[in-house]
Amino acid sequence: MAAEQRVKSPPAKAAFWRRPVFRSALFQTLLVLALVYFGYFLFNNTLHNLEQRGISTGFSFLSQEAGFGIVMTLIPFSELSSYWDTFIVGLLNTLLVSGLGILLATLIGFSMGVARLSRNWLIAKMAAVYIETFRNIPLLLQIMFWYFAVLQPLPGPRQSIHITDILFLNNRGLYLPAPLFEPGFDWVIAALGVAFVTVFFMVRWMHRKQEETGQIFHTVYISLAILSGLPLLAFFATGLPLSWEMPELKGFNFKGGMVMIPELAALLLALSIYTGTFIAEAVRSGILAVSHGQTEAAYALGLRPGTTLRLVVVPQALRVIIPQLTSQYLNLTKNSSLATAVGYPDLVAVFAGTTLNQTGQAVEVIAMTMGVYLLISLAISMFMNWYNKRKQLVER
Amino acid sequence: MKKMYVIASAVAVCALVSSATFAGSNLDSVKKKGFVQCGVNTGVPGFATTDDKGNWEGLDVDVCRAVAAAVFGDASKVKYTPLTAKERFTALQSGEIDILSRNTTWTLTRDSSLGLNFAGVNYYDGQGFLVKKSLGVKSAREMDGASFCIQAGTTTELNLADYFRANKMSYTPITFDKSSETAQAFDAGRCDALTSDQSQLYALRIQLKDPSSAMVLPEVISKEPLGPVVRQGDDDWFNIVRWSLFAMLNAEEYGVNSENVDKLAATSKDPNVRRLLGLEGIKGKGLGLRDNWAAIIVKQVGNYSESFERNVGMDSPLKISRGLNALWSKGGIQYAPPIR
Ligand SMILES: N[C@@H](CCC(=O)N[C@@H](CS)C(=O)NCC(=O)O)C(=O)O
Repeated sequence: MAAEQRVKSPPAKAAFWRRPVFRSALFQTLLVLALVYFGYFLFNNTLHNLEQRGISTGFSFLSQEAGFGIVMTLIPFSELSSYWDTFIVGLLNTLLVSGLGILLATLIGFSMGVARLSRNWLIAKMAAVYIETFRNIPLLLQIMFWYFAVLQPLPGPRQSIHITDILFLNNRGLYLPAPLFEPGFDWVIAALGVAFVTVFFMVRWMHRKQEETGQIFHTVYISLAILSGLPLLAFFATGLPLSWEMPELKGFNFKGGMVMIPELAALLLALSIYTGTFIAEAVRSGILAVSHGQTEAAYALGLRPGTTLRLVVVPQALRVIIPQLTSQYLNLTKNSSLATAVGYPDLVAVFAGTTLNQTGQAVEVIAMTMGVYLLISLAISMFMNWYNKRKQLVER
Repeated sequence: MKKMYVIASAVAVCALVSSATFAGSNLDSVKKKGFVQCGVNTGVPGFATTDDKGNWEGLDVDVCRAVAAAVFGDASKVKYTPLTAKERFTALQSGEIDILSRNTTWTLTRDSSLGLNFAGVNYYDGQGFLVKKSLGVKSAREMDGASFCIQAGTTTELNLADYFRANKMSYTPITFDKSSETAQAFDAGRCDALTSDQSQLYALRIQLKDPSSAMVLPEVISKEPLGPVVRQGDDDWFNIVRWSLFAMLNAEEYGVNSENVDKLAATSKDPNVRRLLGLEGIKGKGLGLRDNWAAIIVKQVGNYSESFERNVGMDSPLKISRGLNALWSKGGIQYAPPIR
């Protein structure tokens, strides 16, 4: 009886504070507030305690002159630069080695992952040996190996290994000519920009055309021709506005040109070769996850092996690969902090190392450093998640 | 209900955090645990290294042993924590060690903003340069454009920058965390010179593959008063460390050494000696130590001269002469306040 009545009249709306939606929102907000307050409290309390023990606190040290030198800086830096500048120098060096590392590791990983599945016995075995060896040796050891065993025994500057007067390799680094851009070079850059835009729209058009008519275009060749042709044209038209600064042995060391210091080289080699093995395995597992039926169906339709790989297997494999790739990219970035082992001036070595030690402001410096790694990691995650979503939409 | 939990746990944690402030004196805690925890370097011959039996020895080590002798009557009651330049101050601040005795330069910043106090100077040093003889350089002034291997987190980094800035020259710093890496890089030719406190250059030189291939340049570009450091705000402990060092210096000045200390304690009429050995005067009262604390230091560790010669001086492979570190009465600047 009572039940029937209830069904008839619309249920009395519960008071808003009794609604689950409201309640869960309330509790979550409260929890977040409490956490934020807790963090703030912890930080403040720590600073207060430090102050009590005569340890300076606060961020005012950032504007003080640092007064020490750094071997490699991507921004102008002198001994008069501030501690804040040391932060930027370290940050950029970390981004540089991580960025280059991700690029190289991806290249190595994809080629080795595919190679390991090759039907050619020798190629497959070589890839397998590479992966099994470098994946199982601790990264720190590999960094030390490249630095102390491979790069340091190179000859000194005066006995450099060289290719004519252009390239010099010695235990202080790899020296190359540096490009000097003269006024007209802006046009070349502009031409390159135009070429990119053109290629972008052209490729889109060609794809649509192909889907409509089945006509096959040589997209890659045409794109390459435009990408190199236009800038070259501009380069000649503006009268070759580029010269080279040659590295030269002056006094103790080479001056001029560009240099890749052995610390960077060792770190980069070790990071990309090590991470490359994991990416290779991710790629292999991704490809194996695509059922063989797919390949057979593609062959039955008359697609060649290369095209099958590109159009059928890889797009599906990527869905398996990308999440693993993300964590490898994150690992590589975080592992780049092993730089201190060979004296590469990354964020940890310069800022959380020397700056921390010279100022003694451990809490502030470490908080900033952790914040940076968190931000970099979140940025990589966000980008990869976005990319992952895009790739997943391909599914029909 | 949930809210209550949150607040309750927040309150609990607050209470926890605020009670974690430092309490009690270090002397009490050291006595309770039964040994002195001493921060030393990771292995610089003469200052702190382990012998083939794993025992620590060196000039810096002797400061720690002297403190242990004063507190426990037994110089061997020390445990050592090897620290790189970068780690040392945090190790002391956090209470991981009781004394930092690791060729640490006394500077204004360190004394005033790290919450630390320097208890004295056990070695007056200055920064110098070690170069390969084959480089053909006779003076640091000729080193414009050279690269230098240095250790991270040291005054060395700063002095080098100052020197080159003042002389309008350019340089490249190659910075490592550990002294072994610094030396290895120098050996391999990654840099033209290794720079550090001069005393350590001699020590690092004997670790090179071919020590005779390298030489120390004549320039000294900085003042490096090296000494033991303790946490600020514990004056009793500070006094013990400081006066343990002074006891060794005073012992040298009054001619008391590890061999004659027992005899002098029995026979000496010299009031200075009698006060040092705790036979008259304030003895150990002010420091809260036993009467003959200084006599035990001298007996077990030796006076300053014995420690110096044994570790870095003529009885050691380093063969460093006393120089600035001679007593004030012998042309140097080592000078300890009187024990009275
Ligand atoms: N006196 C300097 C320290 C000098 C220093 O640390 N020198 C190096 C020599 S390369 C050293 O002793 N290293 C030993 C180690 O890292 O264990 C300072 O206080 O900043």
